[in-house]
Amino acid sequence: MNDFWIILEGSLVAVSCGLLGAYLILRKMAMVGDAISHAVLPGIVIAYLVAQSRSSILLLLGAALFGLLSTFLIEILAKKARIQSDASIGITFTWLFAIGVILVSLYSGNADIDQDCVLYGDIAFVPLDTLFLGERDLGPTPIWLQGFNLFLVIAMIRIGYRGFLITSFDPSFSSGLGIKTDTWHYVLMGAVSFTVVLSFNAVGAILVVAFLVVPPATAYLLSNQLQTMMIYTVIFGVLSALIGFYLATWWSASISGAMAVASGILFLGVLVYQKLLRKRKKFLAITN
Amino acid sequence: MGANFTWVMIGCALIGAGASAVGVFSFLRKQALVGDAIAHSLLPGVALAFIIGGEKSIWVLFPGAFIAGWLSILSIEFITKSSKIKPDTAIAIVLTVFFGIGIVMLTHIQQSSYGNQSGLEDFLFGKAAAMLPSDIALFAIVDLVLISSIALTYPYLKLYSFDPEYSRAIGLPVRFIQFTLSSLTVLAVASGIQAVGVVLMSALIITPAAAARFFTSRLSQMIILAMLIGLVSAVGGVYISSLAFKMPTGPWVVMILSILAISAFVFAPSKGMVSRYNKRKEHQLKVRSENLLKLFFKLEEKGESIHFSRTELLNHRKFEGRDLETILKSLLGKRLLARSQDSFSLTEEGREEATRVVRIHRLWELYLNKRMSIAADHVHHDAEAIEHIITPELEQELLKDLGYPELDPHKQEIPGTKNLKP
Repeated sequence: MNDFWIILEGSLVAVSCGLLGAYLILRKMAMVGDAISHAVLPGIVIAYLVAQSRSSILLLLGAALFGLLSTFLIEILAKKARIQSDASIGITFTWLFAIGVILVSLYSGNADIDQDCVLYGDIAFVPLDTLFLGERDLGPTPIWLQGFNLFLVIAMIRIGYRGFLITSFDPSFSSGLGIKTDTWHYVLMGAVSFTVVLSFNAVGAILVVAFLVVPPATAYLLSNQLQTMMIYTVIFGVLSALIGFYLATWWSASISGAMAVASGILFLGVLVYQKLLRKRKKFLAITN
Repeated sequence: MGANFTWVMIGCALIGAGASAVGVFSFLRKQALVGDAIAHSLLPGVALAFIIGGEKSIWVLFPGAFIAGWLSILSIEFITKSSKIKPDTAIAIVLTVFFGIGIVMLTHIQQSSYGNQSGLEDFLFGKAAAMLPSDIALFAIVDLVLISSIALTYPYLKLYSFDPEYSRAIGLPVRFIQFTLSSLTVLAVASGIQAVGVVLMSALIITPAAAARFFTSRLSQMIILAMLIGLVSAVGGVYISSLAFKMPTGPWVVMILSILAISAFVFAPSKGMVSRYNKRKEHQLKVRSENLLKLFFKLEEKGESIHFSRTELLNHRKFEGRDLETILKSLLGKRLLARSQDSFSLTEEGREEATRVVRIHRLWELYLNKRMSIAADHVHHDAEAIEHIITPELEQELLKDLGYPELDPHKQEIPGTKNLKP
């Protein structure tokens, strides 16, 4: 049963991250997920110091708030200070992360908090945190949280599909039409921050960033339409979680790490397959 | 702290200077985040080197890190070249997958009995305090290699960084230049990672270059300035972290670096946000002042009076109430306007300046009409904008080209052209 919960949690994270990641890739913002996952650290520490508890909803909110704040900072550096976008991402997240680590080291004397516990959750512990309703065992809490988040993500995409679509593909055209591009941007960023924070509490930062980018990128190779891309994203995300889990038991290594590796293997497989296909086509065209 | 403290400081200064110099090129090629990708991608190399070498000495781990870093760059290139994936996505893919491989290897090591584990935390946050004199030797050698390679290939690097297409077109060895730059970046990141950690390494590549760019547009100055910023932050960070027990070095270096950079973004002369804001304000005031002088000239031209009150001025041209006050004050200060009780009039200098602006306006209208064949009723708007920009030299050219004309397309006099005839 434990195996099932771990694979299910992995798949849930893969799907909610992947669906949002599809938009990030189309907006050429793939590194923003990485940036957010670093930048939330000070938010977690501050929320922890305020709430004095480790499993509070406040921690989650503090983190998500700082995730959103980091996207604001990136925009300000890029637009007001006119720094090229890649550098403004890099400057923002390294700075916020440094502030977080400094805060942790300042207060680690009187609080049991360290970088490990906030940044590098482990998916192997998912089944241990069980939700009880009275006497009844409802299954692991992270599954419920992640399931609820996935529901929110899907609802958001269903409702805002066209808005996200047009602002992702042609921001200047959509602002020309009078669509509030900035609003869509920050709604998406808010969703990404929240999902990132919620997920890496359960599965670790590295897997979150991997699931944000790699499955949608694999899907992007195979599709020319957002809808198809999202369907492929779901398939590759779940496959990564499944393959990764068995790789990890086989190698007796970190499950999160192995799931990230599995998503990489799938990506490489599709990439090489397509390359060979193109070569074959070329070869056939020449011989004919 | 004593001797060890000095070593740490020298070591971090060397790492900071080297990484910042290389970072300038990543920054200019808009690949600032490649440093971040390389830094994360070193993990599997370090882990593998540890498995093979069996010890944590930097001389064993460094080659492993170097090879892994190189593989990550090749992978990014391979992905962007053989598919429609964009560079930022490729960077993110390589970063996470390589890091994932590293984690898998590390956890595998920890499960098996390798004893002395190479910890993930040290890799992420660095262990500056554990620096040995032999490490410093490596950093010094790396810096020497970095700086001499940059110096030797400088002209190539310069051209390639600013205009890769052009340098390809004139037959520069672009592949070789890319190879050099990638190797230098990997070298800088791989040598420093053990001491300062992944995040600080990324910051040292990106932030000093971005800050230096705000002060200069010359590559050589930019490199030196970036190195200086990296060096100062490293020394400052080591110093601050030494003040309190258990304070991490890396984050303090990033902190100082970021504060320096953000101050540069805000306060740098000419490119900083404050200075750009002031310049915009200044230009705005100039344009509005010239418009007001022009208004005086035109009202005089109508021959009604030469003294005008605020209400009369506001009747003829829209100025915000407060704006008019600032403009009047600035013009009075420059002695272009004179004041008697509640009315204002042009001084001699003021009339000269007003004449100049009106002359340029009408000259430009004539030029558009005659040379560009634009209808007379379409030229006013364009002239309204250009009258504030045209220099005396350009004015001379216009006068010469149009043969020192006296009337504009609306049959109004172009004032003062006679006096300018040579």
